[in-house]
Amino acid sequence: MESTVKKEKTIEVKGYTQFVVFKLAEEEYGIDIQRVIEIVELTSITRVPNAPSFVKGVINLRGEIIPVMGLRERFNLPPIEQTDETRIVIFKVNEGSIGMIVDNVVEVVEIHLSAIEGVSNFSNDDSLKFLYGVGKIDERIVTLLNLDKLVVQAQREG
Amino acid sequence: MDMSQYLELFIEESKEHLQNLNQHLLEIENNPNNMTILNEIFRVAHTVKGMAGTMGFSKIATLTHAMENVLQEVRNGNIKISTHIVDVLFQCLDALENYVNRVINEGNEGQNDYASVVKALNLILAPDTEQVSEQEPKETDVLVEKADEFVNDEYTQNIINKAVQAEMNAYNINITLNAGCVLKAARAFIIFRTLETECDIIKSEPKVEDIEDEKFDLTFNIVVVTKASTDKLEKELYAISEVDNVGIDVLAEKALHRTAEQRDNSSQVQDDMQSDVGVQLFQQQGKQYKNEETQDGSSPQVAKPRTRKTVRVDIDRLDNLMNLVSELIIIKTRLEDIEGTEQYSNSSEAIEYLERITTSLHDAVMKVRMVPVEMVFNRFPRMIRDLARELDKKITLNMYGQETEVDRTVIDEIGDPLIHLLRNSADHGIESTDQRLANNKSEHGTINLKAYHDGNNVVIEVQDDGAGIDVEKVRQKAIVKGVVDPEMAKALSDKEVIDFLFQASFSTADKVTDVSGRGVGLDVVKTKIEDLGGIVEVETKKGKGSKFIIRLPLTLAIIQALMVILEKEKYAIPLSSIKEIINIKPKEVRLVQNKEVILLRDTVIPLIRLDKVLDVPKTESKEQKQLTIVIVRKGDKLTGFVVDSLLGQQEIVIKSLGKHLTGISEIAGATILGDGQVALILDVNALAL
Repeated sequence: MESTVKKEKTIEVKGYTQFVVFKLAEEEYGIDIQRVIEIVELTSITRVPNAPSFVKGVINLRGEIIPVMGLRERFNLPPIEQTDETRIVIFKVNEGSIGMIVDNVVEVVEIHLSAIEGVSNFSNDDSLKFLYGVGKIDERIVTLLNLDKLVVQAQREG
Repeated sequence: MDMSQYLELFIEESKEHLQNLNQHLLEIENNPNNMTILNEIFRVAHTVKGMAGTMGFSKIATLTHAMENVLQEVRNGNIKISTHIVDVLFQCLDALENYVNRVINEGNEGQNDYASVVKALNLILAPDTEQVSEQEPKETDVLVEKADEFVNDEYTQNIINKAVQAEMNAYNINITLNAGCVLKAARAFIIFRTLETECDIIKSEPKVEDIEDEKFDLTFNIVVVTKASTDKLEKELYAISEVDNVGIDVLAEKALHRTAEQRDNSSQVQDDMQSDVGVQLFQQQGKQYKNEETQDGSSPQVAKPRTRKTVRVDIDRLDNLMNLVSELIIIKTRLEDIEGTEQYSNSSEAIEYLERITTSLHDAVMKVRMVPVEMVFNRFPRMIRDLARELDKKITLNMYGQETEVDRTVIDEIGDPLIHLLRNSADHGIESTDQRLANNKSEHGTINLKAYHDGNNVVIEVQDDGAGIDVEKVRQKAIVKGVVDPEMAKALSDKEVIDFLFQASFSTADKVTDVSGRGVGLDVVKTKIEDLGGIVEVETKKGKGSKFIIRLPLTLAIIQALMVILEKEKYAIPLSSIKEIINIKPKEVRLVQNKEVILLRDTVIPLIRLDKVLDVPKTESKEQKQLTIVIVRKGDKLTGFVVDSLLGQQEIVIKSLGKHLTGISEIAGATILGDGQVALILDVNALAL
C-alpha cells in the first residue's frame, strides 16, 4: 500500500491529473498522460490486409511493430487528408503499445478530479462507450477517453 | 515491499533445484548406498524448504520438511533406500513441481496440500502408527479467511497489538459511497489519501488493487491504526463528497486519550513518535509479509503474479555484448563527424566497420538467447524410468550432447514432439523382455537421445534398438486403406512407404500399432516440427531398431525470405516454403471449375492472386505480358502465388504483430526493412490451398 500510494503522490498533486489534449474534428479529447508513451509525426504506415477498417496498419517505432488505428475511423468521423499537424499518439495498453492517429496534439493540461464528470447520464448513445468522462477547464470542455475500452472493443470487432 | 522480484528468483531457483532432485533421485535408485547423492538430495530438500519458508509458501515448506525427516533417518542408517521410498520421493517431486507451476501461473502455491504424500512420508518414518510428526502447525486453517472476519488474522492482530503498545488506536472503517458516484475508484483514492494523512492503513477489503480497478460495489472496509479519534476521522471522511455512510468500529484503543489541543501542543514530539511507530510497523509488516503475501487474500500488498520467461546468461556473453555496443557508439560518433566535415571518402570505410559490428552484435545477441537442450532433456530419464516400469520392460536411456545450444524459442517447442518420439520408442519400438531374449538381443532395450549442431541446424536423434518398422506391413496397410493402389505401392520406395506413417489420416483413423507398432501421434510430431521450420526423417531396419532424426533451424527469429511486390506493397515469403519461381504468359493460365490453375511439368497447380486475397489497393490496371508465379509447398501440395515482381532474397528478423491484431490469418508476422519500413510476412500455410 505504502509503495503504490507514494508513487502516485509524486504524479498527482492534490487530486490533479494531467491529460494530453488533442483535437479530432474540432472537438478536444484528453487521455491520461500516464498512458502516453510518445507522440510521433505521421510516418509510413504499412497496411495490414483484412484488418478492421479503423486499423490503419503497423508502424516501426525503433524496432518495435506497433499497430495504429485511425481515431476518426474509430469514431466514424469522415476521414481527412493528413496535414503537418497530424500525429500518432502512442499509448500503453495491457499488452504492449498502440498508436492512434489524431488531427493534432494541443497541449497538456491539469484537471482536478472534481472537475471531471461522468457521461452516463448524457444519453445511452453508443458513441459514449469509449468515454471516461468530461473534464472542464474554465469554459473549455475536454472529452476524456477510456483507452482500454477503445482497444478492447477494437479487438472484439476485429 | 515488492516481492515479485524475489518471486522470480524463487521460481528460477526452485526449478533448478527440482531438476537436480529429479536427477539425483534417478541416481540414488541405482546406487542406494551412495552417501554423496543422498546428501545432495537432502541439501536440495533443505534449500527448497528454506526458500519456500522465506516466500511464505508454507505448504511447500511442510512437504519438504517431511521429506527432510525421512532423508535424515536414511542418513542415520535407520531406514534403507527402497524402491518404495524413491517412489514416494518422486511423488514429492511431482507435488513440488505442481506447486512451483502454480506459483508461476498464479503467484501462490494454491490450496492443495498433498496430504497423501506427506502421510506416505510419515508412514515411512513410523510404519505402524499414523503419527503426525513434530511438524509446523497447520497454517492452512488460518489462511482461509472469510471477508467479514478479515481483521482477525494473525498479521492484522500483530500490527494492532504493536499499535496499541505505541499508544495508537486501531479502527475498522466501513465506508459506503453514494449510489450515484461515477468515479468510484477515484473517490476511494481520495478517501485513502485523506486517511493516510492521519493513519497508517493496514489492509482493506476488497484489496487495494480491486478498489483501484473499481472492482467493488459501493462499500469497502479499511483497517487503520492511528492517533486520531473516531470523531475526527468521521468528520474528515464525511467532508469528502459522495460518501454516504461512514461506520467506524474500534478494534483497539490506547489507554490514554489525548485531546486535540494537547496533540497540537506536542505535535512535534508526536510526529517524531509517529514516524518511529511507522518504522516499527513497516518492519513488522516486512516480517509478516512473507507469510501473508500469497496466502492471505485480504492482505493489501498481494502482488499480482507476474512471471516472465527468463534466460540465464553467461557473464562473458554479456561482456561481449556490452563491448560491441560501445563499439557501435564509437562508430556512430565517427559517422556524425563525417557528416559534419563532409569528408565522404571516409564514409565507406566507416560503413564497412559498422557492418562488421552489427554482424557481431547480432551474433552476440543470438548467443545470449541460446540455451542448452539439457533444459528439455532433463525430464526424460524420469519419464523413461516410469514408462519402463509401466510397460514392464527394461530400458536404458543414453543422452548425448545435452550441452548443444538452441534458441530459447525452439527449446520451448521441441519438448512435446520429443516426448512423443521417446514414448513411441519405449512403447512400440522396444520389444518386451521375453521377445528380446527370444530374438537374441540383450534384455535391456536401449534408447539413444542425441543432439548436435550441423551447420545452421540443430539435429536431434531418437534411436532405439527395438523391432524397427515393418515396411511391408505398412505397405499392405496403405493398400488396404486405399491410400495407394497395389500397382503403385510396389513401385514406392521404403522411404516413401514409411512417410505414410506421418499422415494424419493414416495414423489416427486406424491404429497403426497393429501394423508396425508405430504411429502414435507421428503426424502431430511432423506437423509441430514443420511448424518450427524443421524436418523429420526416419531410418529403420527390421529387427534392429529405428532412428528418428529431427532437424531444426538454430533460431526461429531470423529466416531467409523472398521479398515480393504487389502494386506498391512489399511482402515477405519464407524461403523454406518456396519450391520455385516461374514466369508464364497470361494465356497459359487455365480454368478448372472456374478456378485458375497452371500446368507445370504435368502437375496441375492452383493459382492464388495475392493482390485479391490481400485486398491490395489497385493503382492502375496494366496489361501484363508475363505473370510471375511463386510456387510454394504446403505439405505435399503445391500452390502458385501470383505476384507483380520480385525484390530478391533477404534475411529477415521476424517480429510479431502483437496481441492487438489477432485473427488476421494471412499474415504470420512483420519485419523491418533496411529503410525502416515494415513489411508483412505471408503465412503460406494459411494462404495456400
